[in-house]
Amino acid sequence: MTRFSFPSLVRHAFGGDKGWDQQWAKPEPKASYDVIIIGAGGHGLAAAYYLAKEHNITNVAVLEKGWLGGGNTARNTTVIRSNYLYDESANLYNHALCLWEGLSQELNYNLMFSQRGVMMLAHSEHEVQLYKRHVHANRLNGVDNEWLNVEQAKDFCPPLNISPDVRYPVMGAALQRRGGTARHDGVAWGYARGASTRGVHIIENCEVLGINRHADGSVSGVETSRGTIGASKIAISAAAHSSQLMNMAGLDVPLECFTLQALVSEPVAPVFPCVIASNTVHAYISQSDKGELVIGAGTEQYVSYAQRGPLHTVEHTLAAICEMFPMFTRMKMLRNWGGCVDVTPDRSPILGKTPIQGLYLNAGWGTGGFKATPGAGHLLAHTIAKDAPHEINAPFSLSRFQTGRLIDEAAAAAVAH
Amino acid sequence: MLLIDCPYCEQERAEIEFTCSGEAHMQKPQNADDAQWEKFLFLRANTKGVHYERWYHVHGCGRYFNAARDTISDKFLLTYKAGLPKPELPNE
Repeated sequence: MTRFSFPSLVRHAFGGDKGWDQQWAKPEPKASYDVIIIGAGGHGLAAAYYLAKEHNITNVAVLEKGWLGGGNTARNTTVIRSNYLYDESANLYNHALCLWEGLSQELNYNLMFSQRGVMMLAHSEHEVQLYKRHVHANRLNGVDNEWLNVEQAKDFCPPLNISPDVRYPVMGAALQRRGGTARHDGVAWGYARGASTRGVHIIENCEVLGINRHADGSVSGVETSRGTIGASKIAISAAAHSSQLMNMAGLDVPLECFTLQALVSEPVAPVFPCVIASNTVHAYISQSDKGELVIGAGTEQYVSYAQRGPLHTVEHTLAAICEMFPMFTRMKMLRNWGGCVDVTPDRSPILGKTPIQGLYLNAGWGTGGFKATPGAGHLLAHTIAKDAPHEINAPFSLSRFQTGRLIDEAAAAAVAH
Repeated sequence: MLLIDCPYCEQERAEIEFTCSGEAHMQKPQNADDAQWEKFLFLRANTKGVHYERWYHVHGCGRYFNAARDTISDKFLLTYKAGLPKPELPNE
């Protein structure tokens, strides 16, 4: 694999850019592997990469029903932050954020990772108190987060409307300066390239139709649209289709899938310096390096796999955006789409072992899985390789819904993950 | 915007008059152990296909009813009053 560097760019430019290698191989599936990961999104590909790199397990296949990075990896609004309230969540998301910080260099792939800051607005006295509590809790956990008064928030994001004469005036904000955005496709491509270089097979257009078990109950492989493939360890990392896959293994899971919509505007000159999220008015916004405003809405209330949502949700979000940023009232929106997010009852992910020997689950990331991509992959790889969870993901077990040890981020931030 | 047929009002009304209240026909267990509580409180069918669910006509009659809806197309197949057993689905 050619390493990307200034000399290699110049050399290929003089060659008419015709000599670039395929960035990852497209092999035929083998009869069996040591590990099968179901789902070639960012999480699954990252897990395959870390299995090969950190645990020296390279006889791995990543099976994908559609195409690489074509699900929620391609549909999210690319926000990265780690300012979660509870200790377990702060550790988990900050583990990911620390991996993000060196990832472009590690993968030799430009992820366009930009720590432009994530500012979360408070619109009520209650929210002011809540976010101040977040700031204190985060600092105790070594996560950067600071409280800004209204004028400081306006200084950090000049387009922000801080007029007291709006329906929900801004009363302050919590700012995580290490938060930001990254190129969502690039993350999947970078991990795919890194994994493929180390010998991992990435097999697209290969839908898993069943999970095979030995007589003792442990997994033996999968039935796919491209034949039977054996493996003694199988990890499900399939976001919205994790319920169906777990059902194939005879297990019910505490997941429900809802539509989450996003949209982008026409591209304009750089006007918006950070990421802004507001839970009260249900909107979040940033500007991509291409110049488009990237705007996210809240989830729908009913189970759906349609990957499209109603217009009234989008109208609600845009009304909030226009009130917070009056300069955007005449922006034209270019594209609107829906993704299908798998949500747990406590809005925290499930990452660990299952009651079936050799079957692992990484799901339930809901509306906030993108930011966790490197961390989720890293921890899933650890869990698979050691057949035991890492101390960071141990609290995020499937069994917590029976023991009652929930990590209730639902109460802390039910929207705008 | 979904159009939803309220079986009490006997009218098709816009989605914004309703809230969805999750999976229908969940039975609260008696003298339950941890596993049964988990099933009742947290485990959900999350069906890809025909899903039975509760809806609440909050800005209308203020009553709960049940619906069968295809979660792939979001099309409502039928709605029926709360307390009735799971009905047979009409042929397409």
